Amino acid sequence: MDFELNPDQQAIQRTARDLLAGRAAPDRVREHAEAGRTDEALWRELCELGWPGIAVAEEHGGQGLGLVELCVLAEELGRVVAPVPFLGSALAALAIQHGGDPAVQERWLPGLASGELRGALGRPGVLVPDADGADVLVLAGPRGARAVAGAEAQVTPVAAIDPTRRHARIDAPQDAGDRLDPQLVMTAGVVVAAELVGVCDRALGMTLDYVKERKQFGTPVGAFQAVQHKVAQMLLDTERARATTAFAAWAADAGDERAAEAAAMAAATAADAGLDVCNSAVQAHGGIGFTWEADVHWLLKRAHLDTALLGGGAAPRSWIAQHLAAGRTTAV
Amino acid sequence: MDLTFSDSELAFRDELRAWLAANDPGAAPRGDEDAEYAWRRDWQRRLHEGGWAGVHWPREVGGRGASLTQTAIFFEELGRAGAPLPADVLGLLLGGPTLMVWGTPEQQERYLPPILSAEEIWCQGFSEPDAGSDLAALGTRAVKDGDDWVVTGQKVWTSGAQYAKWCMLVARTDTQVAKHKGLTYFLLDMEQDAVQVRPLKQITGEAEFNELFLEEARIPDANVVGGVGNGWKVALTTLMNERAGLGFFLQVRMRQVLDQLLEEAARRGALDDPLLADRLADAHVRCETLRLLAWKGLSSIERYGQPGPEGSLTKWLWSETNQQLVQLAAEVLGPEAYEMGTSWAYELLRARGNSIEGGTTEILKNIVAERVLGLPRLRTAA
Repeated sequence: MDFELNPDQQAIQRTARDLLAGRAAPDRVREHAEAGRTDEALWRELCELGWPGIAVAEEHGGQGLGLVELCVLAEELGRVVAPVPFLGSALAALAIQHGGDPAVQERWLPGLASGELRGALGRPGVLVPDADGADVLVLAGPRGARAVAGAEAQVTPVAAIDPTRRHARIDAPQDAGDRLDPQLVMTAGVVVAAELVGVCDRALGMTLDYVKERKQFGTPVGAFQAVQHKVAQMLLDTERARATTAFAAWAADAGDERAAEAAAMAAATAADAGLDVCNSAVQAHGGIGFTWEADVHWLLKRAHLDTALLGGGAAPRSWIAQHLAAGRTTAV
Repeated sequence: MDLTFSDSELAFRDELRAWLAANDPGAAPRGDEDAEYAWRRDWQRRLHEGGWAGVHWPREVGGRGASLTQTAIFFEELGRAGAPLPADVLGLLLGGPTLMVWGTPEQQERYLPPILSAEEIWCQGFSEPDAGSDLAALGTRAVKDGDDWVVTGQKVWTSGAQYAKWCMLVARTDTQVAKHKGLTYFLLDMEQDAVQVRPLKQITGEAEFNELFLEEARIPDANVVGGVGNGWKVALTTLMNERAGLGFFLQVRMRQVLDQLLEEAARRGALDDPLLADRLADAHVRCETLRLLAWKGLSSIERYGQPGPEGSLTKWLWSETNQQLVQLAAEVLGPEAYEMGTSWAYELLRARGNSIEGGTTEILKNIVAERVLGLPRLRTAA
């Protein structure tokens, strides 16, 4: 049993974290968020580095790496709440690569991998991140998934509470676009879960810094058990999301028989953790946490939208319940 | 990342599975604690004969020299097979490993072999009525008298005391120094009149634990472990070992209870009720997450020599999950879950202790906040 990233994966993580610490510092993120603008310069740079195509096969212009590597990037981008359309393109590419026939793959993957095209994945009834301006939309519904050109779909931009992304409501005629294997929608949830792990980790880190510094009644508030226990709970929730997400990413790459179930577990755990941890982060910041200046709210807003995209913890748990009813498998 | 067992670990598991299949301990004798204990003692003898009693002990002291991963596999498989824990689980997991760190060569030679063979059972004399979470505040006194120490005081929550030959006893030997510094760790011979064991009836109606009354009990100086005044450090070694391996056993047991509940739930159509289905799925996710966290913690110990944050989180998550699970079971099953004598009713009450025993959840959260997350400590009144 080895939960550690391998040296190559660690190098990707380190490089990503260092790059984003410089390019997606809080001031810059806030500036773009306030303007409701994508950070085009950063996005171009990430595209040149091949980020959107990290898990796209080499024959389609990608780096041919796996879900583990994709999740590493998603987590780092989530940590800084980067205002770039990475998630949408990565999710669309993932669904098309694993669920599309060769013609569909050839049509969309090279553009998504290079960043020339933008994608999004979602369903009617939610606000879909990066859907506004997407060239291809993966619509995932109960009856299956379809890859639909942006021009053929109904895309209604919405100014969402998370202004670091351009969200939209999406819909398309039943027969528009090309059919995809719907199994992949679950796997896409793992990438969202990874992003939420990054969001949670940062929220926890910011909270720790704050409660060690902030003094009331003559002592750092982090010395009070009411605060300590809240922060300990944030760690537990974050680590639960991290462990299930790691398992799900590994299971997908390893072709493990529990991959689908693992993906649902990651989505359920990360959805709950995202909201709980970010709510606690704002709470632990006290009045400061409710201000625009404190930056912790960007994490909460991202968590709300990501969680909604996953259908909350309830949707994956509903899948799990059906899976359990059908006779499940566990590791032991 | 590779979340599979290595070939040698799989070989270890298969060998163990084959042994367990050929050495089924059978069902526990019900309703008679002494008979059940004798059954578990017999089980440990069989484990010992098969070379499985001290899996994690070094070969030089009669163990199997298993790695941490193999040890965890051992406890998972024991749970999976429905086999009980060995009778002297405290000697095997706590007493033995503590002696291996702090004991003299003579002490190790004298005490370790009978632990493995279940000839001598051990119990743990740490907690006192006025020293629970604040263990260092304990008041049992030991006073030097010639070559002996004379001990007077009271201990509580000593499981297995009625069967034990030796007690890991922490007592105060110096009242003039700070509370952590005046303690000494002893091996107390339980077979003396000055030691009285009284069963402590718990909310399930049974008595898993005891109270221990010491009235001028005598301990030879040779039974001091780790030096006079060093008891706090030695006790911490014992406590650090408290959940080693055991967590994997408990985690599998909880999984089995959940599997049983899922079967019952499916039979009763509870999985078609969206509210119950959501909570059953949640229990499943929590169980599986616990297992992942336990293995993740173990893999960081194997890699870095120290546990990651998971080490402090698993007991907390286990107790919370087990308590939610048994309450959910009661809701799904209805009347039979409240009927005395059923295993569901027993679990419903027994689980209530999970977040108190072996470190309360509140203390665990303090530890996470202060030691894992580095939050400042609030000075409390002395």
